[in-house]
Amino acid sequence: MSASIEMQVLKGSGDDLHPIYLDYSATTPVDPRVAAKMIPYITEHFGNPASRSHPYGWTAEKAVENAREEVAKLVGADPREIVWTSGATESNNLAIKGAANFYSAKGKHIITVTTEHKAVIDTVRELERQGFEATYLDPEPSGLLDLEKFKAAIRPDTVLASVMFVNNEIGVIQDITAIGNICRENGVIFHVDAAQATGKVHIDLEKLPVDLMSFSAHKTYGPKGVGALYVRRKPRIRIEAQMHGGGHERGMRSGTLATHQIVGMGEAFRIAREEMDEENVRIRRLRDKLLHGLQDIEEVYVNGDLEQRVPHNLNISFNYVEGESLIMAVKGIAVSSGSACTSASLEPSYVLRALGRSDELAHSSIRFSIGRFTTDADVDYTISLMKGKIDKLRELSPLWEMFKDGVDLSKVEWAAH
Amino acid sequence: MSSIYLDHNATTALDPRVLETMLPWIQRQSGNPTSRHVFGRSSRDAIEHARTQVAEACGAYASQVIFTASGTEANNFAVKGIAGSQSGSQILHSAIEHPCVSRPAKAMQQTGWLSDAIGVNEHGVLSVAQLQQQLQKQTSIVSVMLANNETGVIQNIAEIAEITRKAGAFMHTDAVQGLGKVPVSFTDLNVHAMTVSSHKIHGPQGAAALILDKRVDIQPLLHGGGQERGLRSGTENVAAIVGFGAACELAVANLAHFASHTQMLRNTFELGLKSLNVTIFSQQVTRIPNTSFFALDGIEGETLVTALDRKGFAVASGSACSSDSTEPSHVLLAMGIKPDLARGAVRVSFGAHNTLLQVTDFLTALKNEILRLKQLTGVAA
Repeated sequence: MSASIEMQVLKGSGDDLHPIYLDYSATTPVDPRVAAKMIPYITEHFGNPASRSHPYGWTAEKAVENAREEVAKLVGADPREIVWTSGATESNNLAIKGAANFYSAKGKHIITVTTEHKAVIDTVRELERQGFEATYLDPEPSGLLDLEKFKAAIRPDTVLASVMFVNNEIGVIQDITAIGNICRENGVIFHVDAAQATGKVHIDLEKLPVDLMSFSAHKTYGPKGVGALYVRRKPRIRIEAQMHGGGHERGMRSGTLATHQIVGMGEAFRIAREEMDEENVRIRRLRDKLLHGLQDIEEVYVNGDLEQRVPHNLNISFNYVEGESLIMAVKGIAVSSGSACTSASLEPSYVLRALGRSDELAHSSIRFSIGRFTTDADVDYTISLMKGKIDKLRELSPLWEMFKDGVDLSKVEWAAH
Repeated sequence: MSSIYLDHNATTALDPRVLETMLPWIQRQSGNPTSRHVFGRSSRDAIEHARTQVAEACGAYASQVIFTASGTEANNFAVKGIAGSQSGSQILHSAIEHPCVSRPAKAMQQTGWLSDAIGVNEHGVLSVAQLQQQLQKQTSIVSVMLANNETGVIQNIAEIAEITRKAGAFMHTDAVQGLGKVPVSFTDLNVHAMTVSSHKIHGPQGAAALILDKRVDIQPLLHGGGQERGLRSGTENVAAIVGFGAACELAVANLAHFASHTQMLRNTFELGLKSLNVTIFSQQVTRIPNTSFFALDGIEGETLVTALDRKGFAVASGSACSSDSTEPSHVLLAMGIKPDLARGAVRVSFGAHNTLLQVTDFLTALKNEILRLKQLTGVAA
């Protein structure tokens, strides 16, 4: 059958039903080149890559191995160090539980950071229930980890540390080399969640002192439902399988591989490798334009360090604006308040809280994330939309009025109801 | 590829109608289903629609469907998750389970659990007497597959579930090879948990589900963002889930045709095998209609499968995931088949698009290859 492979990025017009997409950190559209590459593997080449007895299986297996090479190339790894998973959540679960369980005789203490993705935090919490101990470090107000504090947290029984490369909400880039070196010096296994890093920062695992690294396809213009875990071979890191069965992926991860999705991830990572430098220049220009536009508004605060940060992300708190009304007011753009995974809840972002932001500022934050298909016009529209809506919301806000009248709101004693 | 595909129990080609439902979710911008904007909400709606389709195909309620990335994951989730929510006792499974049931059960032994395999008779049917005896020990979960991937034998799951319930244990069935081939009803089988998978019913790889009675406590396998009611974290694979839903709907609609058509093909095939002095496994008991598993004494199944492939016929010597090992099938060994004969096993699994002509062509090729291989080994001897 001939499937149309034309990309139909919903080009937002900015009205409430066709918003402009500025939520690339939640998920990215599949690049049309990726979709084109995937489709033959759901139609004619549909074999089970584990079938060794016929060409349907061989074709699928070959495609899987080519994709493995592409993923390895983007991050400076050996293809044999790449294990396929169903996504970064599974990669994080496999890395953390797999390594902690395998090396538990060495010690049962784990270090991570309070601004990690839930897939890391909840996994470490689960290990706590199983008898491990954990230290959750708060980052500095910039969102970056203080290396001395990290060093001080290491105990003789620390077996594993997990620190994300790029934060999903505020986009800050941790100093993975420095943290990894500290881990090496102390014999601690180091896991890095790089779901938000691929195609945005250069990753060279040949040089980086990292033992395990998680990747996702759908944050880098690949399909949802596929990810990978890097497992270092030299020195060799062992993990205990979390999914048992047919013994796929050298026993580390059983389950039939979704060939077309893996092919999609390979192609997405190839494109990222070839185009990221150029693309990041373009995206940085758009982000800076957005930032300058929004900085015209009074009482706005950028969350997280602006220098040590991927160009795709801008997280801003609008003071004296109520969070829920803000989200309702800006329906012409698709953005998120806090991470997508927790956006169903109305709680303020735990990441912003960890930076020391007040509940109010955390509540009134918006994450703008820019990507491959964002245009100058999208940014211009967003700036004028935000200016107009913030003005309007503040007109209705008694707090804003008090602030304008010079009342120091932090000193106001509110009557209890 | 010009070869004729007779390995439908390994995986199936995507139905073009399923592909049509998936394409918008691959080609167009699809939001993260957890996002609250319109992109996220439309992804969420698509997932919930698919959940209804899967539920209807399985005789279950939509609220009982938990999406996973594979049947392997759903089986691991059922075994480790249900057992993990209880205090340590015993996990029972049949001796012919797929490794993604038996291996997680074995892995639980490390944390103090007992796990044991219930035997089958020479036809591959579970020994109910042995199950009853084993259930005298306190047991948390019993897992028995609805239809075996190699022999195609169908177990009496409703009866096994009743016995299991009486003993106070939870019942799980891996129905991956049953869905779309025989009627499958979660409610009628009266099990606590059931695994179904997309790529065995002309849906895409990358989606499967655990159907779970909500009264059963289960520990998640994957922790994180709390998707699937907190039971399976990870951004949902929208395109694959949508395809799975569509495939379920089609599987149910085509069930009667599939059953009568593949049964006719198999009958023809097995009639043709008669003159070849082969052993057909489990022929005397109820099987899914599309599967034939047979062996020749003295010819390695792997050799025959490779030879047939050169002639343009894709078949298997056993289940796909163990097809690179030379061990004889654990299913046949459990049935008491001698290892030498078991090594000769070949599995043919038909699909709705196979034709009678393909079957007769295949029979001819099979006869020729057997003759040729016998001559070769004769010369060698």
